[in-house]
Amino acid sequence: MLMGSSVSGRSVPPSVPGVDRNLDTSGHAAAIDVQGMNFYYGEQQVLFDISLKVPERSVTALIGPSGCGKSTFLRTLNRMNDLVDGARCTGLCLVEGQNIMDPAVDVVLLRKHVGMVFQKSTPFPKSIFDNVAYGPRVAGEKNRAVLAELVESCLKKAALWDEVRDRLHTSAMALSGGQQQRLCIARTLATNPKIILMDEPASALDPASTDRIENLIGELCSNYTIVIVTHNMQQASRVSHQTAFFFRGRLVECGPTMKIFTSPAEKQTEDYITGRFG
Amino acid sequence: MPTWAAQKISRRHETLIRWVLFVCAALSVLTTAAIIFVLLSNAVYAPGAKTAFFERVSLWQFLTTARWKPTDGPGGHFGIWPLLVGTLQVAVIASLVSVPAGLGAAIYMSEYAHPREREFLKPVLEILAGIPSVVYGFFALKFITPWVLKPVFGVLGLEISIFNSLSAGIVVGIMVTPLIASLSEDVIRAVPRSLREAAFALGSTRFDVSARVVVPAALSGILASFLLAFSRAVGETMAVAIAAGGNPLLTLNPLRGAQTMTGFMVHASTGDSAADSISRMSMYAVGITLFVMTLSINLLSGWIMRRYREVYQ
Repeated sequence: MLMGSSVSGRSVPPSVPGVDRNLDTSGHAAAIDVQGMNFYYGEQQVLFDISLKVPERSVTALIGPSGCGKSTFLRTLNRMNDLVDGARCTGLCLVEGQNIMDPAVDVVLLRKHVGMVFQKSTPFPKSIFDNVAYGPRVAGEKNRAVLAELVESCLKKAALWDEVRDRLHTSAMALSGGQQQRLCIARTLATNPKIILMDEPASALDPASTDRIENLIGELCSNYTIVIVTHNMQQASRVSHQTAFFFRGRLVECGPTMKIFTSPAEKQTEDYITGRFG
Repeated sequence: MPTWAAQKISRRHETLIRWVLFVCAALSVLTTAAIIFVLLSNAVYAPGAKTAFFERVSLWQFLTTARWKPTDGPGGHFGIWPLLVGTLQVAVIASLVSVPAGLGAAIYMSEYAHPREREFLKPVLEILAGIPSVVYGFFALKFITPWVLKPVFGVLGLEISIFNSLSAGIVVGIMVTPLIASLSEDVIRAVPRSLREAAFALGSTRFDVSARVVVPAALSGILASFLLAFSRAVGETMAVAIAAGGNPLLTLNPLRGAQTMTGFMVHASTGDSAADSISRMSMYAVGITLFVMTLSINLLSGWIMRRYREVYQ
């Protein structure tokens, strides 16, 4: 749906191509099913009793003011918080039916399945090719032809192939900020994940690069489950099917994006999306 | 006119402080200049008297012959190769010990160790670096050679001299390990955390992150630390003079004794030959060779550091 919509006098920007905000995801299985999650940094509790379902092959946006816990929540979904000293989590977090909080879960395998793109683009100081081939290589792939094919297809999916096809073996550090971020997305795709977590993937980019990232999300969402944290509410409304509003460590409201942005059930949500605080 | 504009307060102490600080800075430059002057005036050109080493022995003989016997015969034999080979042999053995140990310790401290463990390990390494080198020399002579190397090589049927470059290289390696560990750990820790997180998020194990991302990203600094350690090993004196002995043999066999450049200089400066004798002057020629060697290694390491450094925002 490309037209701007206006319900009850409030306008919502048109969605990017590929994101149909009227898509009924009730028939989709839950790629992620979080039940009663609490999260602590040492003594301090930062997430309170979060329950949230993410339907597969759709985009879920997490919004909320700084420090509301949305990034922390995102990072529990591939257990990135394991790297933080004193982090502790209770509750259930089912990824395709498997509780990933179980200490027996192999986080290395989990992270291949649940990829992540960060706010700051983080190309490794290697060539473009070696950046994309990194994931398959740590997974044990050595065949050059297989790697070359994979690198090409991932760069194509990330809409970067045409810009870098002639310089695959030059340093990735020489790419522009927007290209670096698309490279990071290609690198994530190369591990063949089912779910991609994005932590403010465009907040450090200029408007044109942001546009390309948003369009890319539209292209990817028919094959991947995407969870995106964003500060930019326009962006959330453009790229997502479902929006979840976090405030002070609690999930205030979660629902179809059109509903959240036009007639939210909670006053706090309405205040936030209309810019009264945040 | 406002009152402040008409006044000029004398701040003579500011000027004084400036000059005191300047002298402090100049002191190290002057010392270096003085050392170079002493080396050159004794080794290359002595104004007035033709007493400088290379005025009496040709550079050609110094660089191309392979016998070092300063007191042999009327003129002595001054071929630098036995000393050079002895020095490099000890430094290479030291590197074989210190590069894996130092890099391993650096990776362990920055990537694996709990912060509390690191707080314990770092000072211990610094203690290792603070032990006087004479102690290391006797450790090699009285422990490593008789109690470690002799039994091991005895089993293999090989004979090892009391003075040998292997034991000297091993203790010098132990001595410079903290240098590599500490410098490498600094550059490894400077690799942004975001790079590690990105690698973990792609399904890396801790070892993948260390070996494929962190170490390559810090490689220039790590190589520079290797070179600095090598240069330290080349310049190390007492431990080597004690452990390797003082016999300038041209041999690549590490089980035998050797004399290094620094070892010879200790020997020559404490010997009883006359102050302007040729054997005494040869010390300066060896000194200048050593100076050129370590200076070039240090410059090379600085160049690698600048040339291959990755710049992160």
